[in-house]
Amino acid sequence: MTTQTIRFIRRGQTVALGNVPPDRTLLQVLREDLGACGTKEGCGEGDCGACTVVLAEPENGHLRFRAINSCIRLAHSVNGMALWTVEDLAQADGSLHPAQEAMVQCHGSQCGFCTPGFVMSLFGMYQNSVCQGQSIRRSDAQEALSGNLCRCTGYRPILDAAQQMEQLPAVRIDEAALLQHLEQLALIRSAAEPDFAYKSPRSLDELTSARAADPGAQIVAGCTDVGLWVTKMHQHFDRVLDVTQVAELRQIEPHANYLQIGAAVTLHDAYTALVADRPQLHNFASRFAGLPVRNSGTLGGNVANGSPIGDSMPLLIALGASVVLANTHGTRELPLEDLYTGYRTNVMAADEVLAWIKVPRPNGDFMRVYKISKRFDDDISAVCLAINLTITDGSVTRASIGAGGVAATPVRAVQTEAALTGQPWTLATAHAAAAALRAEFQPISDMRASAAYRSEVLGNLLQRFWLESQGQTQINLAHFDVEACV
Amino acid sequence: MNAPEKLKLASSAAGRSVPHESARAQVSGNAHYVDDLPEVRGTLYAAPILSTVAHGRLLGVDSHAALAMPGVQAVVLASDIPGDTVLAAFAHDEPIFASDTVQHIGQVVGLVVASTVMQARAAARAVKLDIEALPALLDVRAAYAAQSYVLPPVFVRRGDAAQAIAAAPHTLSGQLEVGGQEHFYLEGQIAYVLPQEQGQWLVHSSTQHPGEVQHWVAHALGLANHAVRVECRRMGGGFGGKETQAGHLAVWAAIAAHKLGRPIKLRLDRDDDFSITGKRHPFAYDYTVGFDGAGRICGFQLLMLANCGFSADLSGPVADRAVFHADNAYFLADVDISSYRLKTHTQSHTAFRGFGGPQGVIVIETILSEIARQLGLDPLEVRRHNLYDAADTPNPQRNTTHYQMAVEDNILHPILSKIEQSAHYQERRKAISAWNAANPVIQRGISITPVKFGISFTATLFNQAGALVHVYTDGSVQVNHGGTEMGQGLNTKVAQIVADELGIPFESVLATAADTSKVPNASATAASSGTDLNGRAAQYAARNVRDNLAQFAAGLDGCGAGAVRFQNGQVITPTASRPFTSLVQQAYANRIQLWSDGFYRTPKIHYDKTTLTGRPFYYFAYGAACSEVAIDTLTGESRVLKIDILYDAGTSINPAIDIGQVEGGFIQGVGWLTTEQLVWNAKGALSTHAPSTYKIPATGDIPAHFKVDLWDQPNREDNVFGSKAVGEPPFMLAISVFEAMKEAIAAARGDGAVVQLAAPATAENVLRALTASAA
Repeated sequence: MTTQTIRFIRRGQTVALGNVPPDRTLLQVLREDLGACGTKEGCGEGDCGACTVVLAEPENGHLRFRAINSCIRLAHSVNGMALWTVEDLAQADGSLHPAQEAMVQCHGSQCGFCTPGFVMSLFGMYQNSVCQGQSIRRSDAQEALSGNLCRCTGYRPILDAAQQMEQLPAVRIDEAALLQHLEQLALIRSAAEPDFAYKSPRSLDELTSARAADPGAQIVAGCTDVGLWVTKMHQHFDRVLDVTQVAELRQIEPHANYLQIGAAVTLHDAYTALVADRPQLHNFASRFAGLPVRNSGTLGGNVANGSPIGDSMPLLIALGASVVLANTHGTRELPLEDLYTGYRTNVMAADEVLAWIKVPRPNGDFMRVYKISKRFDDDISAVCLAINLTITDGSVTRASIGAGGVAATPVRAVQTEAALTGQPWTLATAHAAAAALRAEFQPISDMRASAAYRSEVLGNLLQRFWLESQGQTQINLAHFDVEACV
Repeated sequence: MNAPEKLKLASSAAGRSVPHESARAQVSGNAHYVDDLPEVRGTLYAAPILSTVAHGRLLGVDSHAALAMPGVQAVVLASDIPGDTVLAAFAHDEPIFASDTVQHIGQVVGLVVASTVMQARAAARAVKLDIEALPALLDVRAAYAAQSYVLPPVFVRRGDAAQAIAAAPHTLSGQLEVGGQEHFYLEGQIAYVLPQEQGQWLVHSSTQHPGEVQHWVAHALGLANHAVRVECRRMGGGFGGKETQAGHLAVWAAIAAHKLGRPIKLRLDRDDDFSITGKRHPFAYDYTVGFDGAGRICGFQLLMLANCGFSADLSGPVADRAVFHADNAYFLADVDISSYRLKTHTQSHTAFRGFGGPQGVIVIETILSEIARQLGLDPLEVRRHNLYDAADTPNPQRNTTHYQMAVEDNILHPILSKIEQSAHYQERRKAISAWNAANPVIQRGISITPVKFGISFTATLFNQAGALVHVYTDGSVQVNHGGTEMGQGLNTKVAQIVADELGIPFESVLATAADTSKVPNASATAASSGTDLNGRAAQYAARNVRDNLAQFAAGLDGCGAGAVRFQNGQVITPTASRPFTSLVQQAYANRIQLWSDGFYRTPKIHYDKTTLTGRPFYYFAYGAACSEVAIDTLTGESRVLKIDILYDAGTSINPAIDIGQVEGGFIQGVGWLTTEQLVWNAKGALSTHAPSTYKIPATGDIPAHFKVDLWDQPNREDNVFGSKAVGEPPFMLAISVFEAMKEAIAAARGDGAVVQLAAPATAENVLRALTASAA
């Protein structure tokens, strides 16, 4: 089967690549086909950020810039976008972009191997912050750069560089010209023959039809997990069905009682919407992988993938979210936790796709989500626990608790919920619930934590929840402020 | 923040914070690493075939399925080695490819060669190994019980420790377990081997030791060293992980290239890199110490168990350095140290920044703080009380190390006083104590720890270096030396030194790739010695050229050569001033030699490796750090809240680069002691084999307050520019973070029990230390 010619814009020119296999990664295309070796492979799994490049696509009449990991991104997915690598930032006369110049001035490179990735993440920040007239705070830089690892510098000079960019002479991209160029590319695309090995349907109807016609095609969204099946497990996909261009699935629709989040909405955008509703989720959202993964990965991908250590599901279960599945015949809706039948298995039929996630909006409930991992940022949870209580007149009228890292699937802590529901919200109840939670699951021991630790900490986190419900602050190191200590 | 101090010597190229010589190329994607070099036509790609059993008899290798896969050209095994099948490592105990036995999961049995790297990797997994499993030793204490050694044990004794302990007012015994560490150089291991004419070979290797790669490749191919040329422009990080380990890759690729007669590139997948290559040595310890009421140590018995993995590699000198640094900064009167180098069926552990030093320092720091807590004293006071005598002490009594070297340059007394004040240690200690009393969930701790680190290779012969300085007729200068650039800024500093010597701008000097055909027999770039050795050699080379030019200028102007000065791009005699370039052109026309070699050997050092006594180190580098942490008593999570560091870089050649080394080394040490946990499963497979599971520090782990100051005094020994080494010593300052965590744990417990915290202090280990019943 043939593949569509990949067309993207780089340095103002259209790059056209024919006969690229559907499972070839963007990094392979850059380094091996285009000879652009500035972009590095550090890990091949989206954890180190050395391969970071920046993509732009039109969104609501503007350019939307995203730094992503090229090592696990399939090359065909950038069809119709604009792409920048580290080679593309300096002017023709050799003068450096502020993202580069700041790194030089701040002594932000030592061995230099991570540097292209950092520069590209900085470039993404430059476009999204400095060019929008927003200063970059140190905490912003830490969040935006947490997906880029450096083993030499200890990061301080790189964080300085992030804040120094705005002090340097501004460099602007001609957005109008680029938008026009991207529109021309889109015309070429829509005229193209659709029967290719890598399909990117534009509507839900096209998607469900394609799914029904070829359930064996590998479905992908941001590829932040499927990419590893290619790079690490050496799987080959003859046919790929990419959901990320489906218009209906790229939308977030706010309704009075719930947010309807399209399955192809990026993790970054989905969490931005969730945080807008519940500001207490900000820290948790920023700890979900690194920004390049959040910029590529989708909420739908996280949910459909169904990993027992995926962080979205405990949260969504606690929030009472449901999922909408679609096929050519229509849709059906079910509670999120009912999606899963076992380790990475679910109830979806061969012709079904995940279309939307519906997340109830705040309703006077008290909710917190906790994540335990070896490293605070860009790490996978040993334990993830989301607790959502409705307390009326001092009693728990509704308890909704999601947990990750404790079973073969993301799960609802039904026994603990039962231990809470109808009880007065007191220390004694919290203790009883903690004991119930410790006993409810039989987690495994692995490289992230022992079973005993996981069980113990589940209960202790419920204790933390109790203390927070009593108004205690400065009891969570994820956002501990030493300057506020007296 | 922490912008480097501005230059003291504005007119000189050395002493200034010039950016890294490759910085502009690095930020533009134009700095080439081995995988970025243009590939030669006909290049094939290799991937390793790995043992899946920790210990066993290798009965057969079935390559049929692999050979039938797309693009596969060949399978390369031990039988394809033309020369010695054992690696030319000094212990001669490591087969190039496992052939009859396998000794760890991830040991390389052979290679698959294919048309693309992904084809090779996929096919390597399809090679079937028939292995009959044998009992595996996976635990260092089990290996000790089984007397399973890679090298014989070493004992260092002074006085009568047992009697001193028996006579001491107080004693303390305990155990400590300290984990290893993956280097996680961002650029994985790689070699690109190209057959040349007449049986010669060109090897592009990401290596800290091109000379050893040359030697090993020649040995494996059965060739003379002169037939193999190894080049390395830069590494994407080394940290010790490319001291010996890079040689394996080059040898493997060379054997494949020899078999196929084709250029071969071997670039390891990150997971394979984790599985194959050695780490920092995990250590276990038993200790007993006797001390007086002020916390001064009278007697010290220490058993050090180094988990070396399946072969010796550099374990001998690593374990030696752990012994040397078991005193850290403290005088140990009566001491008895036993050091065992234990063979286990895991990766062969190797050099890693600090090279055993951290494993020595951490145990004495653990003991000193425990002594302080047992006596109810401030750990800083106990540490101070045990320090070696200060450099200016008349008739020093406490200045001889347990290996009989006099400590003549100890400046830790003023360094500790200065950081105690600048970090407001005493005020913060009080405030933290008040916080802890009022806030039971989050407990904080603060600690100051010093470091004294011996500078020189302990193997005296490695303390030599060569360099070449070429002055071209346009006045531009090239310098080449035996060291390698791995990000530490060696080339930048060397170029600064050469520019300084010739009185020309930094930009006029270009440092070129390490190349065995330029400077032969060069030592590894390791032991923090890169600038001391290669910088001096380059300085001497530049000085030779300068002397030639000075004599020539003196002849022109009728003055003595000693009256000629080189500065600001000018050559100045008492009667004339000429641009450097003009003088160079004139000198060339008059047939004056405009290039030279330089050679340096470190003076004063000597060392008996059988008794571990002598003067192994030319000098000591010093420093101290004050770290504050918080721990969550519910979960064991921790955060570093503030860091203050005072580091002794002598007269800094480049303050920005030195501060960068201090910060980077410190944070790498924090990783070793907090999040970087290596977990081997029950079968001996490394479960933390990728950055998804092995967590080095990230941007969010760096506190807003992270301040580094450089101690502003020149090296008391005659070292290049008055500088001191900086690569490794700051790593050990991260022990202040570990010690601060123990202070917080002790505060949380409040029961006076000994704090039993294993390193790394993961959340799980901290929670265990918080809740474990008192011994």
